[in-house]
Amino acid sequence: MRIVCPLCGERDSREFSYKGAALALAYPSEEAGFEAWDDYLHNRDNPAGPTRELWYHGSGCTSWLVVTRNTTTHEILSVELAEDAPESRQEASA
Amino acid sequence: MRIDGNGLINRAKPVSFQFDGTTYQGFEGDTLASALLANGVKLVARSFKYHRPRGILTAGSEEPNALVTVGHGGSQDPNVRATTQEIYDGMDARSQNRWPSLAHDVLAVNDLGAPFLGAGFYYKTFMWPKAFWEKLYEPIIRRAAGLGAISGEPITDKYERAYAHCDVLVVGSGPAGLMAALTAGEAGADVIIAEEDSLLGGRLLSEAGEIDGMPARDWANEVAIRLNAMSNVRVMARTSVTGAYDGGTYGALERVGHHCEMRDGLPKECFWRITAKRTVLAAGALERPVAFQNNDRPGIMMASAVRAYVNRWSVAPGKSVAVFGNNDSAHDTAADLLAAGVHVCALIDSRPDATTTLDVPFYAGAQVSGSEGRKELEAISISRASGTDKVQTDCLAMSGGWNPTLHLACHMSGRPDWDESIAAFVPKPGMVPGLIAAGACNGVFSTAACLGEGAGAAVVALEAIGLQADMPKMPVAEDRDYSISPLWAVAGKGRAWLDFQNDVTVKDVKQAAVENFRSVEHMKRYTTQGMATDQGKNYNVQALAVLADATGRGIPETGTTTYRPPFTPVAIAAMAAGAEDKGFAPERFTTSHRLAVKAGAPMIEAGLWYRPSYFPVKGETHWRQSCDREVGYVRNAVGIADVSTLGKIDIKGPDAAAFLDFLYTNMFSSLKVGRVRYGLMLREDGHVMDDGTTARMADDHFVMTTTTAAAGQVMQHMELVSQGMRRGMDVRFTSVTEHWAQFAVAGPKARELLNGLLDAPIDGESWPFMACGDMSIGGVNGRLFRISFSGEHAYEVAVPARYGESLFAELRSRAEALGGGLYGMEALNVLRIEKGFITHAEIDGRATAFDIGMQGMMSKKKDFYGKGAAARPGLLEDDREQLVGLKPTGVVKQLTAGAHLYRDGAEPVRVNDQGYLTSVAFSPTLGTYLGLGFLRGGRARHGETVKMVDHLRGIETTCEVCHPVFLDPNGEKARD
Ligand SMILES: [Zn+2]
Repeated sequence: MRIVCPLCGERDSREFSYKGAALALAYPSEEAGFEAWDDYLHNRDNPAGPTRELWYHGSGCTSWLVVTRNTTTHEILSVELAEDAPESRQEASA
Repeated sequence: MRIDGNGLINRAKPVSFQFDGTTYQGFEGDTLASALLANGVKLVARSFKYHRPRGILTAGSEEPNALVTVGHGGSQDPNVRATTQEIYDGMDARSQNRWPSLAHDVLAVNDLGAPFLGAGFYYKTFMWPKAFWEKLYEPIIRRAAGLGAISGEPITDKYERAYAHCDVLVVGSGPAGLMAALTAGEAGADVIIAEEDSLLGGRLLSEAGEIDGMPARDWANEVAIRLNAMSNVRVMARTSVTGAYDGGTYGALERVGHHCEMRDGLPKECFWRITAKRTVLAAGALERPVAFQNNDRPGIMMASAVRAYVNRWSVAPGKSVAVFGNNDSAHDTAADLLAAGVHVCALIDSRPDATTTLDVPFYAGAQVSGSEGRKELEAISISRASGTDKVQTDCLAMSGGWNPTLHLACHMSGRPDWDESIAAFVPKPGMVPGLIAAGACNGVFSTAACLGEGAGAAVVALEAIGLQADMPKMPVAEDRDYSISPLWAVAGKGRAWLDFQNDVTVKDVKQAAVENFRSVEHMKRYTTQGMATDQGKNYNVQALAVLADATGRGIPETGTTTYRPPFTPVAIAAMAAGAEDKGFAPERFTTSHRLAVKAGAPMIEAGLWYRPSYFPVKGETHWRQSCDREVGYVRNAVGIADVSTLGKIDIKGPDAAAFLDFLYTNMFSSLKVGRVRYGLMLREDGHVMDDGTTARMADDHFVMTTTTAAAGQVMQHMELVSQGMRRGMDVRFTSVTEHWAQFAVAGPKARELLNGLLDAPIDGESWPFMACGDMSIGGVNGRLFRISFSGEHAYEVAVPARYGESLFAELRSRAEALGGGLYGMEALNVLRIEKGFITHAEIDGRATAFDIGMQGMMSKKKDFYGKGAAARPGLLEDDREQLVGLKPTGVVKQLTAGAHLYRDGAEPVRVNDQGYLTSVAFSPTLGTYLGLGFLRGGRARHGETVKMVDHLRGIETTCEVCHPVFLDPNGEKARD
C-alpha cells in the first residue's frame, strides 16, 4: 500500500503506523460521562466502504494523518494532516 | 528424441547433467524437460496421492507433474519444475515421492486402493479414534503423500531482496508485452518488462508463424535487442511477477542463480518489490487439458507444449503422435509436427463440423476416451457415434482450449467475467487499479490482435501518467478467428484426471457435489482440487465446469475460487532475504558501550539498545556475586551506571507547561525552574502508559525522561496530542536521547565524587533533592539532576554525547577510588526493587494509577489525558489487583517472577487466583528475596500470609504481604 503524505509525498505504507479510527481525534472532556467515554474508547462503525483512519508517519515527518480509505478496495481516497482534520465525532465520521 | 530443425538451442555447446543418477547430454538453451524428452525419458515423477507414473505435461511454469529436486545439502531445492529449470554442466536432478526408485515405486499400491482414497478421504477415514491422528495417521499420510523434501541442513545459498520503481511495468513478453514495452519505451517512460522465461518472446518462441515477414521469434529477438538498448527500459528475464498488491505494488521473483552452477556472491533468487504507476498485464494464456480416462499417463501432453518442444527445442516428444482438441489451435500442432517430419497418427477434433487440409488420419466429432500403456503411453481409444477405434501412439497432444492468465488481475479480490465465445474467464477492467490487461490474458488470441492490444494498453497507460504517446505502426501478423466448442470431460468409466498434481478426478468433484459441497470454495477444499503448488493453473476451469454440470448450474453462476498470490511458488528464503540473524535491525550503542564490553560486561538487549548486565571482577563465578557487590557500591559508597538509554525529550514553548499538564496526571505548571518532578502518563483508556521525571530548565523549557522501552511510544503519543487533541498549543518538542550521555552517580559518596569533578562544587542547599540545572566539567557544559532510582543520595550527570566515553572513564576511576565502581542492569534492578520503584514489569498496560497506589497523583484540579476513562466504574474498585511487596516466609526462601498468588491453604488453581509476582530480586542489603506483585485488594492485606506457586518451574512457598517499599520508607537517604 502507498500513502501520499501531504508533507513528504508518496511513500510505502511501511513508513507509517496505524492507530485506528480517526474518531480518536474527537477526544471527550473529562466531564463527558461514562457513556461518552465508552463510546469513544470502544464503539466503531467498521464500515464496508470509506473509513477515516489515523496513521503516523514515524519514518518520515512524524505527522499524524487522517487517511480516508475504502475498506473493500483498499483505495485511499484522501490524506490530510490530523491538525487540519475535524475534531467532532459527527464531522470526523462523516 | 532430438530432431533436425532450427530450435533455439546451441548445438555447438553440449551440456552434461544427471537425472536420477544417470548422465545425459543436452544443449545450451535446453530446459531439464526438453533435454529429458530429447533423451527419450518420459517417466519423470510419481503423483502426489496415488503414486501414478507421470511425465511432462507442459512447457512452462504451470507444470503440475514434472517436479524434481536439484542440488544437495544446504543448496538443495525441492519441487523445481523441470519445464523451467535450465540445464547446466554438472546439474544433478532427482525425481521425488517414490521409493525405492521411480520405475519401481512401492507406494504405487495406493493406486489400487483408489476407491478408498477419493474425495474427503482424510476427513472420513482418519477421524477415529482421535488419539491415533497425531501418532499414526498423520505420519503415515505424510510419508505416503508428498512432494520433494528439504535437506534439513542450514541454507548455504544467498538470497536477496530488491526494490524498483517505474512508470510502466509490463508483465510478460509475448506479442502484447513486447509491443507494450516498445511503445512505452519509445515514449520515454521508465519501463520494466518482466518475463518468467530466460528469453523474451513468450509463445512467439514456440510457434511457427511469422511477423512482418520474418519468423516470429526473430521478430521477438529484434524487439528484445531494441528494448535492451534503451536506457529507460529494464529488461528482467527469469522474473515471475508473483502478486499484485495495493497502490501499484507488485512482488516479483527473479531466478538469478538457478540456471548455472552457484558461484561466490551470486544469489540464487532475488525477491523484488516493484512499484509501478501503471501496469500492462500481458501474461498470455494457458492451455487446458481434457479429462478422459487415464489422461495422466506419461506421453500425454498439452498440444501447445508439444509445439514448443518441436519448434523451440527441436525435440519430438514421440515417434507417432496423436493430436486431440476442441479448437483450431490443436490443428497447428499437427501441422508443426508434420513440418518437422514427425509422424502424426491421428488428428481428433471433438467438433463434428471440423475440417482439415492436413494429410493425416482425421477424426471429426470424435473424442479420446481412454489411454493404455504401463509407464508410458502405448495406445488411445478414439470414440465416435459409430464406435471406438484403438490407435497405437506414444504421444498424445491435447488441447481443451485456452484460459487467459488473468491471475494477477484477480489478486485484489476482483472476480472475472465468463466469456462464452472463448469458453473462458476474462478479466474485467479496473480489477486492479492501474492495471490494464492486454492480449491473450485479456481473451484475445490472434497474434495481430495481441500486438495491437499491447500497443493500445501502453498508450492508455502513458496518457494516464501524462506522457504523450501515439499508436506505433503495427507489424503484420496472423489474425485468425479462434473457434472452440467446450469439452471438459469425456463421458465414460474409470478415472479421468482434473488436477494432476493433487490427484483429483472428475469422480471426486462429482462426489463432492453429491455430498453437498456445492460451492466451488467448498469443493476445492473437500477434494483439494487446485490446492497444490501449481494452484491448478491448467485445470481449475475444467473442475468448476464439472461441478457446474453436477449441480445443474452454469459456469458463471458457479464462479471461480479466489486467486491469491504468489502466482508461482516463492521460496521463504527469498522473501526473508536480509532478515536472517540481525538482518537490517539497527543496534543502538551508548557512549560507554566500548568500555563496558572491555570491562567484560555481558551486554543485554533493551529494545534496540545494548546495556551491561553486570561488571564481573576476578574471582567471581556467578552473576549474583557481581550484582551483590555492585548493589553494595551504591548502598555504601558510590556507583556509576549509564542511563543514557532512557528517552529524553526536549520541550519548549510558551505552552510547554500547559502541554505537560495535559500529558501527565499530575501538575507541571507549578514546578519551579531548577526542579524535577516525577510524572505519570495514562493512555486514553485510563491505564498507565509510562512514567519518568521531567525537569524544568526554564519557564518555557522542560526536559522529559521516559523509560527506555516506551521512548518511541511516548514521542508518538505526544505528537498525537499536539497535532490532534491540543493542536492550538504553542509548543515544540524533539527527541534528544542520542544527544546526551547521562550517567547515574548514586550512593552516600556521590556528592564527594562530583565535587572532585565539577568546575563549581555543589552542596545540599544549592542542590537539594529533585534539583536540576546547568553545570560544567572541565569546561564542558552539561546538566545535573539530583534524582534517584536507587533511593540513595544520587545524581544524574549529562554531557553532550561526544564527551560521554571520557566522562564515563573518569567517573569510574573516581568511584573506584572512593570504594565504589560501575553497576549494571542487574544491580540497578535490585536497587529499585528494594525501593519499590516500578518499571514496565509493573505498568504492563493493564495497571491503572489506582492499582499501583498512585491514585493521589491524578490531579483533581485539571483535565489530563485519560482522566475521563480512568474514572470509569470498575477501575477504582477495592478488590482490584493492587501493587504489594512480598517476602518469603516458608521453607523455600526463593521467589520467582511470574508465579501466582493464592490464599494460604487454597488449592492453587485458576479460580482461586489472587494475583501474581511481577519483579523479584535477592536483596543483599536485607539478606532476603524481595518481590513486587499484584494482589487482589492487596493494600488492605499487608501482614497477611499468602501462597506463591510457580507452576512452570515447580516452586512453591509462602510469603508475607507488605508495603512495596522495603527500604528507607520515608526516603530520607535520597534527601540527605
Ligand atoms: Zn510525512
